[in-house]
Parts: sequence; structure tokens; C-alpha cells
Amino acid sequence: MFNPSPKQFKFIKALLFVLALLPAVRLLVFGFTDRLGANPIEFITRSSGDWTLYFLCITLVVTPLRRFTNWNWLIKLRRMIGLFAFFYGSLHFTTFLWFDHFFDIAEMLKDVVKRPFITVGFIAFVMLLPLALTSTNGMIRRLGGKRWQWLHRSVYAVAMLGILHFWWMRAGKHNFEKPILFGTIVAALLLIRVYFAWRNRGDGAAKSRTAVQKRQVTPTLT
Amino acid sequence: QKLAAKANPAYVVMDKATSYKDATTYNNFYEFGSDKSDPVENAGNLKTRPWTVAIEGEVKKPMTLDIDSLLKLAPMEERIYRLRCVEGWSMVIPWIGYSLSELIKKVEPTGNARYVEFTTLADNRQMPGLRAPVLEWPYVEGLRMDEAMHPLALLSFGMYGQVLPNQSGAPVRMVLPWKYGFKSAKSIVKIRFLKDQPRTAWNIAAAREYGFYSNVNPDVDHPRWSQATERRIGEDGFFTKKRKTLMFNGYNDVASLYSGMDLKKYF
Repeated sequence: MFNPSPKQFKFIKALLFVLALLPAVRLLVFGFTDRLGANPIEFITRSSGDWTLYFLCITLVVTPLRRFTNWNWLIKLRRMIGLFAFFYGSLHFTTFLWFDHFFDIAEMLKDVVKRPFITVGFIAFVMLLPLALTSTNGMIRRLGGKRWQWLHRSVYAVAMLGILHFWWMRAGKHNFEKPILFGTIVAALLLIRVYFAWRNRGDGAAKSRTAVQKRQVTPTLT
Repeated sequence: QKLAAKANPAYVVMDKATSYKDATTYNNFYEFGSDKSDPVENAGNLKTRPWTVAIEGEVKKPMTLDIDSLLKLAPMEERIYRLRCVEGWSMVIPWIGYSLSELIKKVEPTGNARYVEFTTLADNRQMPGLRAPVLEWPYVEGLRMDEAMHPLALLSFGMYGQVLPNQSGAPVRMVLPWKYGFKSAKSIVKIRFLKDQPRTAWNIAAAREYGFYSNVNPDVDHPRWSQATERRIGEDGFFTKKRKTLMFNGYNDVASLYSGMDLKKYF
């Protein structure tokens, strides 16, 4: 089983950080070299939206992948990936607030209330805020592992709302390929988690207790 | 390939023309794919010659015209029109063509002709976008007879002094500047005159979102976004606010076609 040394792990984490920044760097480079196309704002909005969903999916993959491979060290990368989902979500929201509404909050809120596709996207973004804010070690300690975990399970709801937002956006074009792909991935990941929970319950009480304990400990790892 | 035309001073707008590059790389032409960059990438091999347009239905003189006869049917004019897409962006394009009414007069519609239907090319071998079940193919659009006879309704063969590039609807398309862009059928192969209102591609796909008329109207929102403002491609961007959309895209001449009609109901 692959288990990186602290030095190797540091390298893996740094590499992942650089890779995760690439989509943002690409937007910057394209912006400065006039390669964002005829409608640069649409390009940025779509790209940042796509990457928010990609990173949400990647965070959700971490735990199943860890269980299947027993690579427990993977969990130590999850916070960073989650924060990148928040980063791209913020970029996506900012393009909407800036370029669609020129920071007119009242106008923006009117849009949020009036259009279900924006409503769900906005709710998903707002729901990411407490997750980002409670991502520090201090907050995990203060909340306690169990409560922290309950709160952070809402990331599934965020992913589903994000996909619904994407689905409705594409509904006008009848072009559901990508939303269906995202939806299938998230549904599969959720099913795997349900399966894990069901299997844990099926085992002896002692084993399930250790499982719970183990799960409580994991978030405090960095 | 150049296409000679005389500028028509009656159809000039004050707006700055969109760059040729933007106008020909950012297109909706679903037969070639649903991304804006798909048409320019996939339309290169479209065969635009030989090309014929069948004119049939409620006309005294049904005929099939090849592209050369169509090009010679009336004098070519250059007209600069605003183009407003239903998605909330706009361009300004110098088109070349003549009023559709020139063609209509030639085929002599009967008293029964109340609508015109445009059918566009749907060829699996040339159009990879047809594989996607996004719309019912072939793409069909339509107009009421008085709309079709309005001088603004342009049968177009070129833009920017040249023949139409494939991704812009070569070799012949409609341009209806007071309506959302999708009403302007591209790569037309058939024009049919009808007694009843034809069904149209986007209306079949989503009737709640795309009406038969689809006149540019800042007061009637698309269900998922406002139509009150628009982003002018190449101009409005990072530091300029989106501009206000004008009723009928600023072409108030056409208002009389709709007097007495509730345009919120007939959107």
C-alpha cells in the first residue's frame, strides 16, 4: 500500500495545489492574450461554474477512494480541494454580481428571487460559506467532530443544488449531456456512502463504534 | 469571396459594427453543434453549391431556384442591422441581400397564403450537430405574411462585403432585425406558403420559452433571464454596464404590424 513519507506528502499536496490553480491561471492567461472569445464574460462564468462542480465532485470522491485503496492519507488533501470548490464558486458568483449586475445588490437579489435557476445556484453558494468558514482546525475542535461532520455532509446538498442550477441553465438548449454526467457521478458517490453506512450498521456493535470513532477523528487530521 | 452590393442609406445604424472575427466565430448554428465555437469549427466543409431553394405551397408560381438565379433576382443592397440574440447579447452586422418581398412578389402567393415557413438544410453527412436531439430536425422557422413582406425582412447572401461564411448560414438565410436571432433561418432549402401558422423549431422544443413571434421585447422576460438589457459583443464587458434593450430592437417601423396585439401573450 502506498503511504507517502511526510516529505513525499508535502510534495503531493503542493503539486495538487498548483494543478488546482491551473484553471484560474488559464483564465488569466487567456484574458491577457485575448483568447477568451467574443464573449469573455460568458467564458469566465461558464468555466468557473464548471470547475466549481468538478471540485465538488473531487472532494466527494476522496472518502470512497480512501476506503477502496486504504490510502488514508488522501483525507488530508480533502480540505484543500473543498476550499478550491469554494474558490471557483466565489469566482463564479463574483462574475454574476459584477458583470451581470455591476454590484447592484438590490438588482441581483431581484434576479435571485425571480429566477429559480439563479435561486438554487445562489443557495448552493451561500451553503458553501459556512463550510469554508468552519474548515479550520480551530473550528473543527470548537464544533466537535460529530457536529462538524453533520454540517459538512451538506456538501452533498450543495452539489445537488449546483447540478440542478446547471440543469436548468441548460434546459433552454435541451443540452443535458454534462448535467447528466455530473448528476450520475454525485448520485453514484452518494450511493457508495449509503452503502458504507449500511455495511457499518450490519457489522457488530463494537466494530461500528470504532468506525464512528475513526470517522470522528479523521476531520482533525491536517 | 467578394459579393458586390450598394449600400442602402435607409438601413444604417449609428452603432459600431461588430468585428468580422467576433461575428464569425461566436455563432449559434445547432446543426454544427451547440457551443458557440462549434459552427466555425464544423461548418468548413458544407457544400453550398449546387444549392437550390424550393418555393411551394399557396403560390401561383411554385418554383425551384438555384443559388445563381436567387443572387440575380434583385439588386444586392448592403444594410447594417443590429442583431439581438435571445440569450442576451447583441452584434451589429453589415448584411448583403434584398428584401424577401422581392422573391415573394415573383412567386405570386394566393389569397390563402397567410404564413411563410422556412426549412433549413438537415444533412447528416455534413452536419454533426444533427446527432444531438436538441431540436427537431430539420430546423423550421416561420413568419406571418405581413411580417415577411415588410421591407426590413432581408433575404441575405453575404456580410462584410463577402458571401456568407458557412457558419453564418451560407449560401442563403433570413435576417429579421426586430426579432431574436433564432427566427432568422440559415442555409434555407425550402420556402413554403401556408394557410395556417407553421410550427417552429424552438417553439416545439420549449413553447413556454420561445413563442412564434419572438419579437425583441425588453418587457417580456425569458423565464430564466431578463431581456431588459443586453451585452454588445466586443464593446460591453468588464467595465461597462450592459445596455438597455430597445422594443423591436429599435426598429419601430414594425410596430404597426402588431397594433392591437397583446405582445405579452403573443411573445
